[in-house]
Amino acid sequence: MKKLSVRRRHPLAALVVLLIALAATGGLYATFAPADKAKAEESSAQSLAIDEGKKLYQVGCASCHGTGGQGSSDGPSLVGVGAAAVDFQVGTGRMPLQQPGAQAPKKPVAYSQTEIDQLAAYVASLGPGPAQPNKSDYDPAGGDAARGGDLFRTNCAQCHNFIGKGGALTHGKFAPDLGGVTPKHMYEAMETGPQNMPVFPESLLKQKDKQDIIAWLDTVNSDKAEEPGGYGLGGLGPVSEGLFAWVIGLVLLIGVACWVAAHTAKARKS
Amino acid sequence: MATATDSRRPASKGEKVADWADGRLGIYGLAKANMRKIFPDHWSFMLGEICLYSFIIIILTGVYLTLFFKPSMAELVYDGSYGPMNGIHMTEAYASTLDISFDVRGGLLVRQIHHWAALIFIAAMAVHMMRVFFTGAFRKPREINWLFGFLLLVLGCIAGFTGYSLPDDLLSGTGVRFMQGAIMGMPLVGTYLAMFLYGGEFPGDDVIPRFFSIHVLLVPGIMLGLLVAHLILVFYHKHTQFAGPGRTNKNVVGMPLLPVYMAKAGGFFFLVFGVITVIAGAVTINPIWVLGPYRPDQVSTGAQPDWYMGWTEGMIRMMPGWEWVIPTGHTINFGVFIPLMVVGVIPIAIALYPFFESWLTGDKREHHIADRPRNVPTRTAFGVAWLSWVFMCMIGGGNDLWATHLHLSINSITWFVRIGFFVVPPIVFWITRRICLGLQRRDRDKVLHGRESGIIKRLPHGEFIEVHEPLAQEEMHTLTAHEQYRPLEAGPKVDENGVVRKQGVVERVRTKLSKNYFGDAGQIPKPTAEEYREVTSGHGHH
Repeated sequence: MKKLSVRRRHPLAALVVLLIALAATGGLYATFAPADKAKAEESSAQSLAIDEGKKLYQVGCASCHGTGGQGSSDGPSLVGVGAAAVDFQVGTGRMPLQQPGAQAPKKPVAYSQTEIDQLAAYVASLGPGPAQPNKSDYDPAGGDAARGGDLFRTNCAQCHNFIGKGGALTHGKFAPDLGGVTPKHMYEAMETGPQNMPVFPESLLKQKDKQDIIAWLDTVNSDKAEEPGGYGLGGLGPVSEGLFAWVIGLVLLIGVACWVAAHTAKARKS
Repeated sequence: MATATDSRRPASKGEKVADWADGRLGIYGLAKANMRKIFPDHWSFMLGEICLYSFIIIILTGVYLTLFFKPSMAELVYDGSYGPMNGIHMTEAYASTLDISFDVRGGLLVRQIHHWAALIFIAAMAVHMMRVFFTGAFRKPREINWLFGFLLLVLGCIAGFTGYSLPDDLLSGTGVRFMQGAIMGMPLVGTYLAMFLYGGEFPGDDVIPRFFSIHVLLVPGIMLGLLVAHLILVFYHKHTQFAGPGRTNKNVVGMPLLPVYMAKAGGFFFLVFGVITVIAGAVTINPIWVLGPYRPDQVSTGAQPDWYMGWTEGMIRMMPGWEWVIPTGHTINFGVFIPLMVVGVIPIAIALYPFFESWLTGDKREHHIADRPRNVPTRTAFGVAWLSWVFMCMIGGGNDLWATHLHLSINSITWFVRIGFFVVPPIVFWITRRICLGLQRRDRDKVLHGRESGIIKRLPHGEFIEVHEPLAQEEMHTLTAHEQYRPLEAGPKVDENGVVRKQGVVERVRTKLSKNYFGDAGQIPKPTAEEYREVTSGHGHH
């Protein structure tokens, strides 16, 4: 102890302490950060994706959204829309836009999922926004369909109809049929509010709420939806039912009437 | 009759039963008078039967449904066999409809038969009514029966609307809300009436039980009475028939009620039941289980009433949403009030037409021969124009589905309907009248020159002519059997003393309308025997 107290005023003491501190920090860092190499790789993969995404962006998107995603008179700014918005818009074929109109319709997808992810990475790098959700967020198997139905009727049915068969909005805009939309895309749509749809962020509909809504749609408007009453006539309600009653029901019955009228008793010739 | 029993041989068992019944019910006289009642054969005369049979089917299935339905607005939390509604708050009415659909044996099938039969019932009534209209079968002595039929149609719509509302699902609840809005739209009395009907603020606890009474008791009771009266009058008046050889205004040519029509009608009943049941078994109607229970804070797009109320929906949708706040602070909602005032005009226009026509023709005779629609062009044109009027409203009622399925703008459709409501019926009227006149000309041509045979003949001097085959005598009779009215004469402007004769506005209008109906522009004169002889005598060919 004495030696230490004698030499603590030594001119080189500060240097020694500094060296020891550096060595300790370095040692600790070397010990506790074994993932160093992987981190660096991922980060370079990320920047690679951003680079690739940027190239795709310059070719496919920049003419409307601007070279830096800042937007133009032909398309909105993409700063802050997030990866989820890109994954939805490009992943459902809505982007790249076919033609200007009331609303971008769903159409065949132009990019592979890898390219979409690269585009998403680039757009996400422009500003913070909703990321792509994890499977556990949107998996319909984990949702409560009954609760989701109630939420759907409160928040979504005004535009999308009782079971998400779609509906009309003003001036040619529309809320699309949700049959056949993947759960992931539904989740992303709620998070990002594409086209004319409002945004439903976490403060409005929590992750669980969204998952429940997806579970409801999976129950009533998907390939596995049961139709206990028979063929569902598109789920459009009284208009298609009335049309069916006239065109099939009444026409059949009038046909039967003609048949009965044509088969009459013949007077017996004697 | 008792005296018919011959004392020389013992009466058989059947005779004894018949005798017993006759002594108490007077069946023999009734049967004797009606068993051999003659009915003419034509498919369009069976449209009324479709109505009758679907009505019977509705009553039968409806009775079954009342056994399980609970017309109550008491709330509960559903815990039943339909998973996607578990844990949801709902009324007993909705929950019991879910039970009928999923737990009651045959419940869903019966519910669907009931609902499909209702849609078809009202559609069949509409077609039946149009048949009567276009063939002029509403003329004397059948005006009262026409009104009975019309009332049945109106009551059918009321029964349908109240029945559609009973399950208290989100779709029908929106309709009930619509109705409340319409009632509240009436100035002064609206709010009071709404409070009275709903037993307080919307939705209240009373509307479903009240609709239940109206739906299962009041309206069907009146309908049943009217239906019996309607049928008695059909028997009393005898059925109309189309013109043809041997058929006159004083006879009915056809088959007797027993056994021919009893067999046909009985078989037809089962055919109607069968067709409706097949439809109900294969095609969903009103899947209330996915619609959810009614809650005033929820609403869905695509919320329409059943088809027969579609025209009222259309009038509301096409009407601009004007409203005034008058200085007293009250709101007058023209967006609802005006459609509500006009809504009665459309059905009343067709209901009163028979009285208008009899006033116009001044004809007091009975008519038992049905008109061919082409032979009364103005009436036919009025009927088709009326249908187009209703159809415009129907398009308006489904404007959202037209928009999504034809990729149109809902605003453009609404504007199309707003303009079409006024413009389309006159255009349709004009076109229909032209078509009728064209068909009359063709009939005239056929009678005078025969049917085109398709054989081209070259005459010795080189002219080509087409050989026309003369019609059969019967066919010519059928084509010329109709009677043509002459237009009313205006009468002299001055009377025999040279004094200016007063001619009322009504009389002038009537004269003018009569000219429109029966003047040169309103009908093609049917060929006369002289014309026919002149044409067929040889020298007047073509």
